[in-house]
Amino acid sequence: MAVKTSKKAASIDMTAMCDVAFLLLTFFILTATAKIPEALPVDTPASTVQTKLPETDLATLTIGKGKVFFDLKGREIRKRTLELMAQKYGVEFTDDDKDKFALMEGFGVPIESLKSIIEMKSSERSKANQPGVPKDSLDNQLAEWVQNARIANIEINDKELQIAIKGDAREEYPAIRKVMDILQDQKINSFSLVTGLRGKDF
Amino acid sequence: MAELNTGDGGGKKDKKVRSKKQNSKVDLTAMVDLAFLLITFFMLTTTLSKPQSMNLGLPDKQDDPTEKPIKVDENRTMTILLGDNDKLVRYVGLLATPVAGGAPKDFAYGKEGIRKELLARKASVLAYSTAKGKPKNGMIVIIKPGKKSNYRNLVDILDEMAIVDVPTYAIVNDFSPEEKKLLEGK
Repeated sequence: MAVKTSKKAASIDMTAMCDVAFLLLTFFILTATAKIPEALPVDTPASTVQTKLPETDLATLTIGKGKVFFDLKGREIRKRTLELMAQKYGVEFTDDDKDKFALMEGFGVPIESLKSIIEMKSSERSKANQPGVPKDSLDNQLAEWVQNARIANIEINDKELQIAIKGDAREEYPAIRKVMDILQDQKINSFSLVTGLRGKDF
Repeated sequence: MAELNTGDGGGKKDKKVRSKKQNSKVDLTAMVDLAFLLITFFMLTTTLSKPQSMNLGLPDKQDDPTEKPIKVDENRTMTILLGDNDKLVRYVGLLATPVAGGAPKDFAYGKEGIRKELLARKASVLAYSTAKGKPKNGMIVIIKPGKKSNYRNLVDILDEMAIVDVPTYAIVNDFSPEEKKLLEGK
């Protein structure tokens, strides 16, 4: 008798387990965001600090090879920022352009040629050899982008925009300092530096 | 195996029911294995792909020329100069009159180099402040990245500040001629 019951229990009903597993799987697939290819690939330096970057209300300034690329999180904020920039520089963007801009990755062109970049396919954009957002004192578009992104973020999310600097490890300090100075001119004295992960016993 | 066509009845009904009963339990083990493998993959990729970041606060830019710079006790300060090719020079106190054992000296980055020095100096500053009756006054580190230093050097030294837990540190950009000489010479 005892042998018989143990034989019955040999195959467990896995239906419920399977249900749970697939439910979780669906959840993780839906919450996972597709990785957007970076417009300017940089090799970030490593650090032992474990703070994570926020997911929203964030603007990333990527610095590499002397160029600066600008990226912003949040579709609505991106659209509004583009509208504000278009007003400021007198460049026209169609609604279609704005929708595309809301979904695209970071960019590094002066606003005059932003339209042509928006119209490209994403595979062409990475090959387009973008010159970087102008940041010299005569034509400081980077400062305007940061400024307008902050305005847009306050309008839509009612929160202060966080700024992250993602620099290449080999980039010389003056290039980084230039960007920090631009931020400090707007009284942004606190920002994040994006770093890679390093072992604890460094 | 998976016969869904149950519409047609007839004489074979008996047989069909029996074969259905046999196959009614599909072995789900492989499917569950696969599902959990995928769950693990998505869980790890969603949490691990978030980039790390380091918070950095800079002091306000002093636009007001009448504002006097804050004077601090030179016994508490250590100045770190960053140069090209991972060069790092530190001195304690004032450059002209360094504190005992604090004359300008080259250090390497990392555990065996500057960190030992930072830890030792932190302890001695704490002892000094405690002797003066103000144990809250910790070490002050002034980081001066030179024009030739790169971003990795800056992040490395900020990382050291975080590891050693230096209470006050600042990034300063002005170099005195003596300090420039110190970085370029030798």
